[in-house]
Amino acid sequence: MTDSKYFTTTKKGEIFELKAELNSDKKEKKKEAVKKVIASMTVGKDVSALFPDVVNCMQTDNLELKKLVYLYLMNYAKSQPDMAIMAVNTFVKDCEDPNPLIRALAVRTMGCIRVDKITEYLCEPLRKCLKDEDPYVRKTAAVCVAKLHDINAQLVEDQGFLDTLKDLISDSNPMVVANAVAALSEIAESHPNSNLLDLNPQTINKLLTALNECTEWGQIFILDCLANYTPRDDRESQSICERVTPRLSHANSAVVLSAVKVLMKFMEMLPKDLDYYGTLLKKLAPPLVTLLSAEPELQYVALRNINLIVQRRPEILKHEMKVFFVKYNDPIYVKLEKLDIMIRLASQANIAQVLAELKEYATEVDVDFVRKAVRAIGRCAIKVEQSAERCVSTLLDLIQTKVNYVVQEAIVVIKDIFRKYPNKYESVIATLCENLDSLDEPEARAAMIWIVGEYAERIDNADELLESFLEGFHDESTQVQLQLLTAIVKLFLKKPTETQELVQQVLSLATQDSDNPDLRDRGYIYWRLLSTDPVAAKEVVLAEKPLISEETDLIEPTLLEELICHIGTLASVYHKPPSAFVEGSRGVQHKRLPGSAGSGESVDSPDTVSAAGVSEAPPAVIPSQGDLLGDLLNLDLTPPTTSGPPPVPSSGMQMGAMDLLGGGLDSLMGDESEPPPIPLRTDTPQSPQLSHQSPSPPDYSPTELGGDLGGSPAMGAAFGAPPAVMPASFSAPVSGGLDDLFDLGGGVGMPMGAYSPPKTIWLPAMKAKGLEISGTFARRAGVIQMEMTLTNKAMSVMTDFAIQFNRNSFGLAPAGPLQVLTPLSPNQTIEVALPLSTVGPVMKMEPLSNLQVAVKNNIDVFYFSCQYPISMLFVEDGKMERQVFLATWKDIPNDNEAQFQIKDCHLNSDAASNKLQGSNVFTIAKRTVEGQDMLYQSMKLTNGIWVLAELRVQAGNPNYTISLKCRAPEVSQCVFQSYEAILKN
Amino acid sequence: MSASAIFVLDLKGKVLICRNYKGDVDMAEIDHFMPLLMQHEEEGLLCPVLSHGSVHFMWIKHSNLYLVATTNKNANASLVYSFLYKLVEVFTEYFKELEEESIQDNFVVVYELLDELMDFGFPQTTDSKILQEYITQEGTKLEVAKSKVPTTVTNAVSWRSEGIKYKKNEVFIDVIESINVLVNANGSVMSSDIVGSIKLKTMLSGMPELRLGLNDRVLFALTGRDKGKTVVMEDVKFHQCVRLSRFESDRTISFIPPDGESELMSYRINTHVKPLIWIESVIEKFSHSRVEIMVKAKGQFKKQSVANNVEVRVPVPSDADSPKFKTSTGNAKYVPEKNLVVWTIKSFPGGKEFLMRAHFGLPSVEKDELEGKPPITVKFEIPYFTVSGIQVRYMKIIEKSGYQALPWVRYITQSGDYQLRTNV
Repeated sequence: MTDSKYFTTTKKGEIFELKAELNSDKKEKKKEAVKKVIASMTVGKDVSALFPDVVNCMQTDNLELKKLVYLYLMNYAKSQPDMAIMAVNTFVKDCEDPNPLIRALAVRTMGCIRVDKITEYLCEPLRKCLKDEDPYVRKTAAVCVAKLHDINAQLVEDQGFLDTLKDLISDSNPMVVANAVAALSEIAESHPNSNLLDLNPQTINKLLTALNECTEWGQIFILDCLANYTPRDDRESQSICERVTPRLSHANSAVVLSAVKVLMKFMEMLPKDLDYYGTLLKKLAPPLVTLLSAEPELQYVALRNINLIVQRRPEILKHEMKVFFVKYNDPIYVKLEKLDIMIRLASQANIAQVLAELKEYATEVDVDFVRKAVRAIGRCAIKVEQSAERCVSTLLDLIQTKVNYVVQEAIVVIKDIFRKYPNKYESVIATLCENLDSLDEPEARAAMIWIVGEYAERIDNADELLESFLEGFHDESTQVQLQLLTAIVKLFLKKPTETQELVQQVLSLATQDSDNPDLRDRGYIYWRLLSTDPVAAKEVVLAEKPLISEETDLIEPTLLEELICHIGTLASVYHKPPSAFVEGSRGVQHKRLPGSAGSGESVDSPDTVSAAGVSEAPPAVIPSQGDLLGDLLNLDLTPPTTSGPPPVPSSGMQMGAMDLLGGGLDSLMGDESEPPPIPLRTDTPQSPQLSHQSPSPPDYSPTELGGDLGGSPAMGAAFGAPPAVMPASFSAPVSGGLDDLFDLGGGVGMPMGAYSPPKTIWLPAMKAKGLEISGTFARRAGVIQMEMTLTNKAMSVMTDFAIQFNRNSFGLAPAGPLQVLTPLSPNQTIEVALPLSTVGPVMKMEPLSNLQVAVKNNIDVFYFSCQYPISMLFVEDGKMERQVFLATWKDIPNDNEAQFQIKDCHLNSDAASNKLQGSNVFTIAKRTVEGQDMLYQSMKLTNGIWVLAELRVQAGNPNYTISLKCRAPEVSQCVFQSYEAILKN
Repeated sequence: MSASAIFVLDLKGKVLICRNYKGDVDMAEIDHFMPLLMQHEEEGLLCPVLSHGSVHFMWIKHSNLYLVATTNKNANASLVYSFLYKLVEVFTEYFKELEEESIQDNFVVVYELLDELMDFGFPQTTDSKILQEYITQEGTKLEVAKSKVPTTVTNAVSWRSEGIKYKKNEVFIDVIESINVLVNANGSVMSSDIVGSIKLKTMLSGMPELRLGLNDRVLFALTGRDKGKTVVMEDVKFHQCVRLSRFESDRTISFIPPDGESELMSYRINTHVKPLIWIESVIEKFSHSRVEIMVKAKGQFKKQSVANNVEVRVPVPSDADSPKFKTSTGNAKYVPEKNLVVWTIKSFPGGKEFLMRAHFGLPSVEKDELEGKPPITVKFEIPYFTVSGIQVRYMKIIEKSGYQALPWVRYITQSGDYQLRTNV
């Protein structure tokens, strides 16, 4: 007979009947009745009315009956707190029962009755049970302390249970130790600041001993607890790792993951050159791979964690690509995660295999999976440069399938590939255009429009294509509208004569007929730019775009560190810090990885250090644009500082220099005599709204606006470039945000300061324990300066900064100490300018302008290298006499002459000469031969080396030719680069 | 740290039984589970973790049941899933089948087990053999004799009780290797590995100390012996009875075995194995008219060995009809509910090659939805043989009473996840 019979009694007056049975004299009948009560409770009926009768059955020597009554009590005590007291006596008595099973049962159940009044009666029995002779009772009592603490923390502290619990860590029974550790960890979690789990080498040793003997679950408690410990030094760290590694062979996946967590964390402290470090790395791969044969849910947790591990230490799994290949019968969540990891592991060595797989996946039927596979191909192209061509041809093959969502997804990623490798794969545009009509998703439409706009000059019917989109302008999503606006403006700047009507139409659609403030703002900005200064507009709209790299979809380093500390938990599954999804954990300190012990070792693996290399510092490229957007929008919010009307570009304005537009602008402005109003943003809230328009990190569209409007680094300079055309009425009233952008215009006619590249991140925080250094070089009033921004992204204060250079090609050395006088507190940023001398020790570097720097603070010494523009070294007295120039030019052998092309430079020869002079490149003579201007220039380096140049500029041709002659020809390449940088900025 | 409550639900999401361990998550939250699950399923975003507000559901499905754990903390997710699977294991050992009916039929024991398996969210004793010593289905039997905690529960050896007696002391060792293969449509092997498992059936008295010797290359390298074939095990996982630190230091597999059946260890070998049964297939699909299938199976193992119960499963379109088969050996059968042709060969000697042809009609009207490209899968078993060449060199059994015990070893190789992608 099974228990199911208890569920079937549905007679009327059931409660009444049960009551009678519960009070029966016959033991059997009583038990049957209690079972019926529990059955009713299980199906959700309210049987609380039977409370006194059930409690009466509590005093029994039948263990099964007792358990059922206890179960009933746990469920209903809260609703009947007064009657629950009735049960207390029995509990207290049971806690002294000769049978340990009953003692444990009583103490376990009492802890589950969350009624305040009961807790005080619980203390004495609990105290006894914590010292019980039977380990089964002790291990149950240990957990009970955590239960009691949850109900009444103060009571637990007052009664000294915490100390008893701590003593249990030294218990002889491993299961008691494990439960005590679990209980303490649980309590500590709700009291982040208490020093409950005061872990010291002695307790750690006890825990490690218990680890070998307790159950699989106990091992997890202990490992999770160990993960919170910070070893004193690398030796202790290593010895703990050695004792934890055997756990990697445990059959339970959760034990393995908790062990991985401890190892990943403690590994940070091991010096990288230690043999053991390499051994440990090798030991981690096999168990991680084996996790993939666990049950699918566990596989999923493992994959989410592997995703983190691969980002932190790519070397562990770099040879294991194959195990992440997707199986037909994998659940979708496993498939998607595997795909993500495949891309992270993709490298030149395995790319062929990866692509073959991705192509296979892209022909599957599961739409989400196929989309992700197509996107993955694009990510491979961006990540592994050598594979780009193959990726593009794979994508083209996929486009040929004409499967709608495949085509759309492919176009979205091809846009990114164009961004990453400009001027390489444009031949495919024709194929893309064929599929224009099948695009119905906003993202794909926007991507296609971007492509058309970007390459308008190569697409004969670009205007027709864009016009066709314009018809349904108001039905498009914002993403598409914004893109269309930008694309048409680009088109207009490239083909002004044929597209005036179109641009007029889109500007009016965007500014007058749209309710969307972002769209209107962008429309007005373009309108103003076009009407005031088309040359500047061109520089802004068609400016070089910031780079995209695969780093964009990496988890931010500090978050990654925190997540590594949470391996195996929900945080690692969500890839979010616990504070983001656990209530009441805001005040909890974020976990961090311990620092490395080796001196001056960067925390990162050697692989990534070399890859991140000198000039790349990639993470900095994109994020900065948020601020720029803020500035841009501010310009509208700032009231004019001078009296008088706002700057109204009238149609009768001087437009001498606007050969680009010709009469075009007249028609643009003339017919509608109403000038574009100054768009006061009365209707919208904060500027950051703009950045919300296209979230989703993997596609790079958030950078679009910044890119189109000038790109982050190019921004300031682009506006200032052609000072001559700045209308006078415009420069006066602007202030605030505009100052930054236009002030450069004030320097009309004056030689501008020496060119200084925008700051780049030299030392990312993740490689320097939270210290981030970005910087640049500048020559100010004849002094070379290294200008740095130091940011403290760590949790502790940084002091005692000092700097030193390695020997370098031109003997650069700090001319004074690094002036960081006050300690740098967390999240603080300071700007430092370090004057440099050129009298330091000399050693030829490769590349020539490479500079290796060491920065020290109270935490450690960090090394980075950076490159300075050689123009910093051009001295002020670098102007050669004409005669000397001629003689020297002839004197230097022709072998030393180097010729370069500077492409896409739109300055005329005078502007170029002016610009160069700002950086101490002096024009000695100018000659015009057949419409070609030849500039003869000289410059002198700090070490006395002269460089002579001949710059050929042909009107209308944006490509300059430069010939350099120098007695030390190895500097030519650097000088050329400086030329390019100066002229283009 | 882990689960706040555990629920067992039926397929409609109705709670069959539940246990609240911590009381920090409202038990009514479970009502959100099923709607959430359906919503995710519709969107094709099925995921083992679902969240509703601050409550997170971690769930698994077993036959017609959902086992769900709730939490509002940053729980150890891998622990929770391991525990849920352990629940399934324990319930299955108690009730043979774990399904809706068995939960209802045994709700009293289920409650007892839930109480014993986890306390305040911490998993406790989960070894069903030990649990069965003090939680039994027949409550009446419990009374006095059995209502003592077996010392085993808290012993360092928590998996074996004392006082076990057998007349004849024997231990049976099964070495089972499963071959996982993934072959591309163009016939290249994308990945292959061997997952081995050593299972014990222990019928030994008392508390015996066992030591298992394998031809493990690392061990041989350590001891300096180098004779005969050795095997490199990529990753080894052990039952909790094996002393892991001992293995770590000198590769000795020493343990006190659990009584009865258990999996002692598993290992993975990454070496490239030749797929033991090689399949070449030509599947030609003539839209609106027919599908022609030609499959050639070749035994790529020693001539002396024989693969038993070989099944080659070839996918066919779901709208195929009127099957016709021709086989050089064995039997082909159409299984329409799975859209498969199953070709069964009872005995497949090494080195032999067999052929199967199938012909299906296709309706003239094409259906709209696209179909996936399921791979061809193969099942087989080859007795007396391991691909890796792993061997049990000895099994030493020492018990203080000094009895003589016999170890028996059996080897078998079988198909694991054996997939060959097709072009259609």
